[in-house]
Amino acid sequence: MSSNNRPLSPHLDVYRLPLSAMLSIVHRGTGAFLTLGTIVLVWWLMALAGGEEAFMSAQEFMGGFFGRLILFGWSFALFFHLANGIRHLIWDAGYGFEKDEVEKSSFIVLGVSGFLTFLVWIIAFSFGVGA
Amino acid sequence: MAEFTLPKNSVIQEGKTYPAPEGATNLQEVHVYRWDPDTGENPRVDIYNIDLDTCGPMVLDAIIKIKDEVDPTLTFRRSCREGICGSCSMNINGSNTLACTKDISDIEGPIKIYPLPHMPVVKDLVPDLTHFYAQYASIKPWIQSTTPPPPDKERLQSKEDRAQLDGLYECILCACCSTSCPSYWWNGDRYLGPAILLQAYRWLADSRDENAGERLDELEDPFKLYRCHTIMNCTETCPKGLNPAKAIAEIKKLLVERKIA
Repeated sequence: MSSNNRPLSPHLDVYRLPLSAMLSIVHRGTGAFLTLGTIVLVWWLMALAGGEEAFMSAQEFMGGFFGRLILFGWSFALFFHLANGIRHLIWDAGYGFEKDEVEKSSFIVLGVSGFLTFLVWIIAFSFGVGA
Repeated sequence: MAEFTLPKNSVIQEGKTYPAPEGATNLQEVHVYRWDPDTGENPRVDIYNIDLDTCGPMVLDAIIKIKDEVDPTLTFRRSCREGICGSCSMNINGSNTLACTKDISDIEGPIKIYPLPHMPVVKDLVPDLTHFYAQYASIKPWIQSTTPPPPDKERLQSKEDRAQLDGLYECILCACCSTSCPSYWWNGDRYLGPAILLQAYRWLADSRDENAGERLDELEDPFKLYRCHTIMNCTETCPKGLNPAKAIAEIKKLLVERKIA
């Protein structure tokens, strides 16, 4: 009997990923998104150095709907990656590995990153950004 | 690069549906992954209907009933039927566990049974564990010591030293955790996976072992150990309630402590 035609058993299609695994994927995704965000930051700084006209057009784009959407996503990615990064530090110190602790810290990470994102945007709007 | 989809020969086809037995009132639908190496066909999922009134309480009872009464070609591993041999590990309704300790009554809707994920299939629910066992052998899972044993008695441990092995020695190497781990799915050729790393820590934590230095040298590797990203599927799924993720963290800690000591 040949063994090289053996099929690979299904994995992602059948596995019910627990919340901790979902957040691990989000951590990876937000990390990649933050890297892209730094390119936007460099572009904005270059526009700033490029004189009034360049800066105004960059400002117009970032202040528009699409620009703000990117900034909103970026701020959430930043706070999520930060909060989950702190959770990783705690794990690396050897704490928080019990199942109930993992579930609790998952919700804390989600709650804290959501709260900080909204806080930043409330502050931003109350200072009249983009007005 | 990780391959997120199944290769062509592994894509699951629609299977046969077996009718419910006559006069049965307490019906349970059971979906089972099937693959026969002799037909050259792709894997399929067959649907069985069994009468729970004449079936034992566990998922293993259900598949034994199917094999006995409906389809004798259904192939799976089982032995102790009490959660100590680790033979009947499989993916049941989305997570890996032992069929013999999984209550049918805990499952809502159809029971869906697949082999342990991302493994080569020998037949039906039987995965090829050759590589998994080779990885286990690679960590030298036995006591290594240079000092000779006492001439008149065993190597004794204090109660405290013995307690260090609790939560580790209970591992039955069923491979549920390793095959639940996405890192092991994508990098299982080189990453040792949660089960083997828990075993590695079991020997590091043993007061009678005198080879911790060499064991840590072997583990200090970007792939063997550090593909663990604390995804936590291992701990979530372990049918024995053990914590492989914590054991891996302890190994990482030992490596750091040895650097700064």
